[in-house]
Amino acid sequence: MDALASLGQGFLVALEPTKLLYALIGVFLGTAVGVLPGIGPAMTVALLLPVTFKLDPTGSLIMFAGIYYGGMYGGSTTAILINTPGESASMITALEGNRMARAGRGGPALATAAIGSFVAGCIATIALALFSPSLVELAVKFGPEDYFALMVLAFVTVSATFGDSPLRGLTSLFLGLVLGLIGIDTLTGQARLSFGVPELLDGVEVTTLAVGLFAVGEAMFVASRHRFGGDDIIPVRGSIWMTREDWRRSWKPWLRGTALGFPIGALPAGGAEIPTFLSYTIEKRLTKHPEEFGKGAIEGVAGPEAANNASAAGTLMPLLTLGLPTSATAAILLAGFQQYGLNPGPLLFAERPDLVWGLIASLFVANVMLVVLNLPLVGLWVRLLAIPQPWLYAGILVFAAMGTIAANPSPVELVMLLAFGALGFLMRRYDYPIAPVIVGLILGPLAEAQLRRALSISLGDPLILIQSPIAAGLLLLALIALIAPFALRGLSRFRGSED
Amino acid sequence: MRILGRGLRLAALAAIAAAGLMTSAFAQPELKIMAPAAPGGGWDQTARSMQQALVASGAAKSVQVTNVPGAGGTVGLAQLVNASKGDPNQLMVNGFVMVGAILTNKSPVTLDQVTPIARLTGEYLAIVVPADSPHKSAKDLAAALKADPAKVTWAGGSAGGVDHIAAALFAKAVGADPTKINYIPFSGGGEALAALLGGRVTAGVSGYGEFEGQIKAGKLRLLAVTAPNRLPNVDAPTLKEQGIDLDIANWRSVVAPPGLTAEQRRALIDTIDKMAKSPAWQEILKQKGWDDAYLSGDPFAAFLKEEQARVADVLKSVGLVK
Repeated sequence: MDALASLGQGFLVALEPTKLLYALIGVFLGTAVGVLPGIGPAMTVALLLPVTFKLDPTGSLIMFAGIYYGGMYGGSTTAILINTPGESASMITALEGNRMARAGRGGPALATAAIGSFVAGCIATIALALFSPSLVELAVKFGPEDYFALMVLAFVTVSATFGDSPLRGLTSLFLGLVLGLIGIDTLTGQARLSFGVPELLDGVEVTTLAVGLFAVGEAMFVASRHRFGGDDIIPVRGSIWMTREDWRRSWKPWLRGTALGFPIGALPAGGAEIPTFLSYTIEKRLTKHPEEFGKGAIEGVAGPEAANNASAAGTLMPLLTLGLPTSATAAILLAGFQQYGLNPGPLLFAERPDLVWGLIASLFVANVMLVVLNLPLVGLWVRLLAIPQPWLYAGILVFAAMGTIAANPSPVELVMLLAFGALGFLMRRYDYPIAPVIVGLILGPLAEAQLRRALSISLGDPLILIQSPIAAGLLLLALIALIAPFALRGLSRFRGSED
Repeated sequence: MRILGRGLRLAALAAIAAAGLMTSAFAQPELKIMAPAAPGGGWDQTARSMQQALVASGAAKSVQVTNVPGAGGTVGLAQLVNASKGDPNQLMVNGFVMVGAILTNKSPVTLDQVTPIARLTGEYLAIVVPADSPHKSAKDLAAALKADPAKVTWAGGSAGGVDHIAAALFAKAVGADPTKINYIPFSGGGEALAALLGGRVTAGVSGYGEFEGQIKAGKLRLLAVTAPNRLPNVDAPTLKEQGIDLDIANWRSVVAPPGLTAEQRRALIDTIDKMAKSPAWQEILKQKGWDDAYLSGDPFAAFLKEEQARVADVLKSVGLVK
């Protein structure tokens, strides 16, 4: 109960009127910058961090929390409205969210994303407050072989993003894996597939690929269809708020997403993408409306958004308790701490409890501010879709190019964006799913690095991959996920023939 | 309102300071500093800290920081050498990592082409093992390494970076074969630390700051620091004390484009000298926990040459560069 009392103290600090104002300013700035495609929360925070340096430590951390959540939500907003994920973790949101927006259900999609983020953020923050010390011990036990098993599980489940044809899905996935090979090999430092272009040595930026395939490709596709009328976007159909039915279909995905996002986010190399993939897969399997998936199912927005936000709170766990920055944003937060001469780590909870609990409380406050600021804006955001298509897509192209250039000011990056846009256009034209390319780019290099690290540690003995109970358990899950659909289909066919 | 008030006060102070300086005959340059990395990293922080200190100390009238990320800084280096040639107001932050990246990335431009200005900071590395490790000293680790270099797994930062080079130099110094070391690169400090805390690897090598919290909490044992002399406030022997002839630091420095006249070079060195002596810069060093390793002008140019030769030699011996 000690933790709860400290949290209460934290709230007293975070709820001062000036602090609330900082939170509001943070959320506003974060959302404003975060809506630029290609600029994810980490970049948003890095760019805006100097703004917070003028404040005292608590004020600055509160504003930081606001910027962070604002940046994340900004990424989801563009994913839903204009099919342009601002960061890799909101890519899954674009799959169903944008379909909903085109069918006039942008309001409920934005609302379920905001409220789901809020619910997940709150639950995950409570979990952070209560379980940090014990969970973190478990998290560092995860070795490379366990991560590899987790990646295998993720690979097996991404087939949910494949659409109708497994062959086309696999083709897309392998395209992503090849793109993932580009750049300096992390284990040997040798360049692969870089063709002497120095900008390629760092590999393909996930956001450049996502913005290119989703936004630029989409714009080209729409332009090519425009003469024939194209498919109409309906800005608003029915209520712009969530209906009773929407709530009923959203709350379970929110909770499941949180349950996936927080623990995986807390793993030192877990990240935010894998829980969103897993959440989408689970929702697709569990939904009572499988026919809606791919056409705008609200569960496909609610689950991944909750998972994304919960994993963000999860990454704070190793940061605060061990001083391990496990994501780009956490690394920047670490820099923020150091600005005040604080070193996150095992001693921070003991030395500066006021700051730690102040930060945790301000995460709550920032979450509330996010909902307060953004729910009234939903109506305004969906109006964006009423802009005539040629203008809307011209605007998207401008923002896509601007975001990419802002993140990485190099002509090579712009050429890549356009090349991926052309690729996205061709894939749409010939009906190949787009999401697996990005999944391949994210998971491929991770899985490779973890596999090779595991084998390096075991001195080349492959048995290490199944010796750890965590790895063995995850691989078993992956095997079940792989076989179950066939087995079930076989079983039902068997039953069918009996009748 | 408080922000606004403070901002106005600052502006007023700056105006007074500027007016005061304008009456003195000192010409204040308007500088541009390029950080050849994305916002948030070490080089970027160095560039932005310089910006603060240069302006606060009055060494420069204004400073603009730009980011040119990519390929261990070699993308930025190419831009400095090609596009900024002869520009007396342009600077670039760089460091030890770039020396290695130029070689591993087969960069067409090298540090031989830039105008060296000054070394700013340095961070010594720490060699650590998990708290329950059988190795109690650097000598124990050296013995294990000599017995079979492949069985000692090292965790540290990216391949070809300063941590990797330190591990190879350690092996070489104790008489083990550096080509056989089993170095496992991790991205970012967090993952390497997790591998150490989880007892997955034999030893870790990285900046002392990365491990400090865990060492103080008793989860990691600090075997040695790679400094020539004992560090203040760090309770650990140097490698040299333990009979291993090795010192290495991850330094950061600032360089200017090629094609400058001797006067232009002198002016830049004077400006940075002034910044390094200012209380503002000293305060930043303290805040960020960076060690002052200031060295400017010709001695720095000579140091840069030596480090390039040393790194090239090591990278060849571990097989990263042919």
